[in-house]
Amino acid sequence: MTRQMTGAKMVVQALKDQGVDTVFGYPGGAVLPIYDEVFQQNDIRHILVRHEQGAVHAAEGYARSTGKPGVVLVTSGPGATNAVTGLTDALMDSIPIVVLTGQVPTFMIGSDAFQEADTVGITRPCTKHNWLVKDTARLSSTIHEAFHVATSGRPGPVLVDIPKDVQFASSQYQGIPKVATSHYQPQVKGDMQMIEHLVEAIEMAERPVFYTGGGVINSGPAASQLLREIVEATGFPITSTLMGLGAYPASGKNWLGMLGMHGLYEANLVMHGCDLMINIGARFDDRITGRLDAFSPNSRKAHIDIDPSSINKVMKTDFPVVGDVAHVLEDVLNLWKARGRKVNREAIARWWKQIEEWKKVDCLKYKPSEGTIRPQHALSRLEALTKDRDRYICTEVGQHQMWAAQYLGFEDPNRWMTSGGLGTMGYGTPASIGVQIAHPDSLVINVAGEASWLMNMQEMGTAVQYRLPVKQFILNNERLGMVRQWQELLHGERYSQSWSEALPDFVKLAEAFGAKGILCKDPADLDDAIMEMLDYDGPVIFDCLVEKHENCFPMIPSGAPHNKMLLGDASTKGAIGAKGAVMV
Amino acid sequence: MSALKIKKGSSKHSAYNLRPNFSDVQETHTIAVLVENEPGVLARVIGLFSGRGYNIDSLTVAEVDHEGHLSRITIVTTGTPQVIEQIKAQLGRIVPVHEVHDLTVEGKSVERELALFKVNGTGDKRVEALRLADIFRANVVDSTLESFVFQLTGTPDKIDAFADLMRPLGLAEVARTGVAALARGI
Repeated sequence: MTRQMTGAKMVVQALKDQGVDTVFGYPGGAVLPIYDEVFQQNDIRHILVRHEQGAVHAAEGYARSTGKPGVVLVTSGPGATNAVTGLTDALMDSIPIVVLTGQVPTFMIGSDAFQEADTVGITRPCTKHNWLVKDTARLSSTIHEAFHVATSGRPGPVLVDIPKDVQFASSQYQGIPKVATSHYQPQVKGDMQMIEHLVEAIEMAERPVFYTGGGVINSGPAASQLLREIVEATGFPITSTLMGLGAYPASGKNWLGMLGMHGLYEANLVMHGCDLMINIGARFDDRITGRLDAFSPNSRKAHIDIDPSSINKVMKTDFPVVGDVAHVLEDVLNLWKARGRKVNREAIARWWKQIEEWKKVDCLKYKPSEGTIRPQHALSRLEALTKDRDRYICTEVGQHQMWAAQYLGFEDPNRWMTSGGLGTMGYGTPASIGVQIAHPDSLVINVAGEASWLMNMQEMGTAVQYRLPVKQFILNNERLGMVRQWQELLHGERYSQSWSEALPDFVKLAEAFGAKGILCKDPADLDDAIMEMLDYDGPVIFDCLVEKHENCFPMIPSGAPHNKMLLGDASTKGAIGAKGAVMV
Repeated sequence: MSALKIKKGSSKHSAYNLRPNFSDVQETHTIAVLVENEPGVLARVIGLFSGRGYNIDSLTVAEVDHEGHLSRITIVTTGTPQVIEQIKAQLGRIVPVHEVHDLTVEGKSVERELALFKVNGTGDKRVEALRLADIFRANVVDSTLESFVFQLTGTPDKIDAFADLMRPLGLAEVARTGVAALARGI
């Protein structure tokens, strides 16, 4: 069989060889030869989005819910620039994405040709790596290298820019190299000496905590399994960042809930008061640490991360271990077992007693819904009615996202898709489409705010076209809720531009798209309305009118340490000083 | 002593530099980076410095292994110890980067820079310029009746000193290559 083929055919062949079954994309002049090849085969399914940003977020949803890289195909110029937000989002959250962009022919590059943009220049800071392929002979090997880079080490987005003449020209196709030819081979095994120090610390700790992040989920199912094993065996409490939810089950007895700015009271106080903090695949993000010089002042800190640049970046650690979470946890667990499974049981029992005291504060309690639906209540009911189902949750960004993290429970990894690092409003709708494509028979819900949801609502067209029964659960407060909350706390209740005076009728909007719309405003109707949404076999826009001025608590004001949390209805006036205000 | 009781500041027990990293002391380091000579690699390195707000005091780059397509970038940078550590870690995660060496901490090294000075003048000033050039072992690579171009190789300090001396003698233009550096010994 001849392996001589056009560049366009090579692209499709390379994707097939990489095991790609789905591509999210949008055609245009500079990728027409590739689209022509896509048309002439049936192995790879192309999902036509409505906007290139949606393509990348959909690929992110696909990647995060499957653990496989997401693939995007878009055209040159505006196709590439529209993908930039998605690329940056994937870079911040370490999601493996391969984006293929068309480019004007090589001989026209630099001439300001129609739909020309310096795609590799524009995307250089928002990809893990990118390539401009100027020679068809190097196209297939570059695509294979792109998959290798996207999925090795700390995962991330990569981009391959393919000029149109390179797509037309023919050359020899190179398959996936059988031996590792790339010099890019990140270290996965941790340093055994440092692991031994960490195990000694585990044996002696009196007030330990596991602080886990998205790295556990990125490392794969083995990492979550090992994490569960080590948590059960040691009896240590565990908390997680927004990105790491589901690695340890929310129903697990050692689970404290999410930590951070809107994390649970007990989780943050455990972080503040611990004497050994074991950071696994998290990065001491500023939404987690609050004021750095007051962050967990009396603890020794271990940090397991595959990216050496994460270590000592913002927080100096005592036990740094560079390596893949699963590899390192396996070594930690084996060594700890071999040394006799020792922990300081007595001290840890005291520690749990203290934690139980903190739990009694019941920081997630909220006023009952009387007349209007409280957003917390809406999510509690959504949780109650869906938790036993095969369920995937996406979110947009804002108050609803934090409430979803607080009130929904995640039992398994890869079930929770949210834009953590970049905080991209408009992420959830396309992400839910990507998840539903990967899991056609599962329940996929996008918990949204109406403002975020409107940012990529065009993707409802995609949902309807592919008959994806995604449930858009919109907590509609007619406000930019998180912005409004900050304005209330920080800016003298001057609500500058944080509400919309012209919202669409979401039920009619759903019908216009060919989806089902449900409006719910009475707490008494909520359960029936949610059941109606769940029972409908098709995409639904659920417009849940909620209390307009609800604030998201608990909350660590910017510039404050973990033990200065604001709880519910406590007076919040003057809670944030001028110094904190700049850290928002 | 238990391995757990690592003295603060000791780096003996660690693959990492455990010095108190968050001091305000500014240090100048010379970092050698071996990179794959592919398009855009210099932009990646420079973009890292500008994107994360690091300083570049000097930067040189040239292909050093034509067969292996490897280039060597020598960067002189200033920052707190924590920032220097971050710079090295961030450089290390750029995909086409093969090796990162901090020549300032990895034993002794030699640093050299080449500079060209155009000095315009006549009479005593011209004679004095030539005399000083001789002391500094600078070579005359071009001459007219009213000007010299001197070529000087040395450490950045030596080049600064020579420039200071030439200024009152009619220094018109300076071109410097930036620092090239190698570790001493094998």
